[in-house]
Amino acid sequence: MPEIKQIDTIAEALREALREEMQRDPAVILLGEDIGEFGGAFQVTRGLIKEFGKERVRNTPISEIAIIGTAIGAALTGMRPVAEIQYADFLTCCMDQIANQAAKIRLMTGGQAKVPIVIRAPVGSATRGAQHGQSVEAWFMHTPGLKVAVPSTPYEAKGLLKMAIRDDNPVMFFEHKLLYGSRSPGGKLKGTEGAVTTVKPAPYEEYTIPFGKADVKKEGKDVTVVATLLMVHKALRVAERLEKEEGISVEVIDPCTLVPLDEETILNSVKKTGRLVVISEDCTRGGVGSEIAAIVAEKALDFLDAPIKRVGALNTPIPFAPNVEKHVIPNEERIFLAIKEVLSS
Amino acid sequence: MEKVKLLKIYRKMLEIRRFEEKLYSLFLTGIVPGTMHQYIGQEAIAVGVCENLRENDYVTTTHRGHGHYLAKGAPLKELMAELFAKKTGCCRGMGGSMHIAKLSSGILGGGGIVGAGIPIACGAALSAKIRKKGQIVACFFGDGAVNTGAFHEGVNLAAVWKLPIIFVCENNLYAFSTPIKEAVAIENIAERARGYGIPGIAVNGNDVLEVYEIAYQAIKKAREGRGPTLIECKTYRYKGHARFDPGTYRPREEVEEWLRKDPLVLYQRKLIKMGIIDEKKSEEIEQEVRKSIEEAIKFAKASPEPDIKNSLEYVYA
Repeated sequence: MPEIKQIDTIAEALREALREEMQRDPAVILLGEDIGEFGGAFQVTRGLIKEFGKERVRNTPISEIAIIGTAIGAALTGMRPVAEIQYADFLTCCMDQIANQAAKIRLMTGGQAKVPIVIRAPVGSATRGAQHGQSVEAWFMHTPGLKVAVPSTPYEAKGLLKMAIRDDNPVMFFEHKLLYGSRSPGGKLKGTEGAVTTVKPAPYEEYTIPFGKADVKKEGKDVTVVATLLMVHKALRVAERLEKEEGISVEVIDPCTLVPLDEETILNSVKKTGRLVVISEDCTRGGVGSEIAAIVAEKALDFLDAPIKRVGALNTPIPFAPNVEKHVIPNEERIFLAIKEVLSS
Repeated sequence: MEKVKLLKIYRKMLEIRRFEEKLYSLFLTGIVPGTMHQYIGQEAIAVGVCENLRENDYVTTTHRGHGHYLAKGAPLKELMAELFAKKTGCCRGMGGSMHIAKLSSGILGGGGIVGAGIPIACGAALSAKIRKKGQIVACFFGDGAVNTGAFHEGVNLAAVWKLPIIFVCENNLYAFSTPIKEAVAIENIAERARGYGIPGIAVNGNDVLEVYEIAYQAIKKAREGRGPTLIECKTYRYKGHARFDPGTYRPREEVEEWLRKDPLVLYQRKLIKMGIIDEKKSEEIEQEVRKSIEEAIKFAKASPEPDIKNSLEYVYA
């Protein structure tokens, strides 16, 4: 077998990040449902229990409150826990521990305590219905005290997760189901349909990616598109099509972290292009796109040549029927039309 | 038990009692802002348990946390300053009465969300287990917490993982205004322990030596890696739930009956009977305690308020 020099799936990139950090720092432990022998619902932790043992890779009962509470208590006393919540929808079960405890403890203790935990959770709709498919990033952007990471490629997945583990604050780490590229226990590669898979594989070498630094996935001059997670890939495909078919030059920016947000890169791009489309998979009302649109409206309105356009999911729970689901979440056609619209005014 | 220890217990209980009484009167004058939940009547539990703890052991407390803070041995004047919302408070004036914490004394914090501290305590216990420093966690909560999901998930996890923790339920018979009989269908909360596969024991929470003895056994067991224990301490709070609650939902006869079982009076009588203290010694301790509280008030009054220029200082580490 040829030597693997690069990691081309997010699931493996995340696993490598966990492995490297666990080797580097004995304080790093993992907690979550089915993360032991089974390797996690999306196989991110596969093999880690063999490598690091049951004491550090802790398979838990279905007890989301206990998973996050335990992570917090361990973090307060010197550990760096990484908790996996099987689907981001389940974060509602432990919302108190995240929003009232993890996010507030530093302030409530007047800076005595720090809560270095990472909460990994898969978002994105993937034909699993309403309670296994919502994108919930905005809830956590709205909660002071948390940081929010949204990796879109293996390169970012590894670099950001390593950074998240070393951060002294609680970090919500959202992964997209259709980007994992994880192999199911049967060995079949699943969930790569959404990705432009050749975008930025992760090297095995040591590196981290700082929070609050956006990545310009594609440079362009006519319109700025800010997109996250799976939408980065959709935006890139639409950008390619627009360039080829109509000669439109699209700049695609991936914020990589939503809190902190790299406002500067976004604002500079808008000042250059004069046009902005924000694409995220969460529902549009009060969503990721709303916040980014508001920042640009506040700080760069004079540079805009057209109204800002948000492309997000329709304001509905995610339905099961695949054709309706496809209609509800942002698809390439909607993105295409949105970009055309801001260019036409 | 040695005489020194017996006296220390008495002094601690008295300190909590006088602190809370003084605080209440200060509160009525309007100098102490916000709300507060007082520990008067429950002193035997915090002191009985914490006298068994080592300095590096951990405590998680509740919204009613002043007693646990003092019993674990954290600085009194910093607690007073915190309640005065001053920069010199244990939480820099950012926490307040419901969020008392002193990490360097092992007090991981309290909170306004009933039951939420239980899984956090489990995390500290997991950490202690992994780091192998022989530490244990005393997790305090009220009877109101036992019907939350956090209680169930936390106690179950601690049992499955054999964590070095003791769960101390202070059953003061009311969750705010709701009597325990309307919230729990069993006689003793301690019975719940069986369902988790751990021992549970109900004790007289107004008898400090009984609490001490049972906690001693449970802590020893936890430290030896033999898993958690649920201790239910039957007690009563003298005041209402919080500052403006007169507690009128409680029958007068019931209140009077419990006042006759005052933990401080009971213990003082016992010490007199044992020949450990007399009136003179008792008065001496009283004066010491009052002096330290007066000094704390002076300190709190003289301390500066937190600086609003730094209002975002504690959001992120």
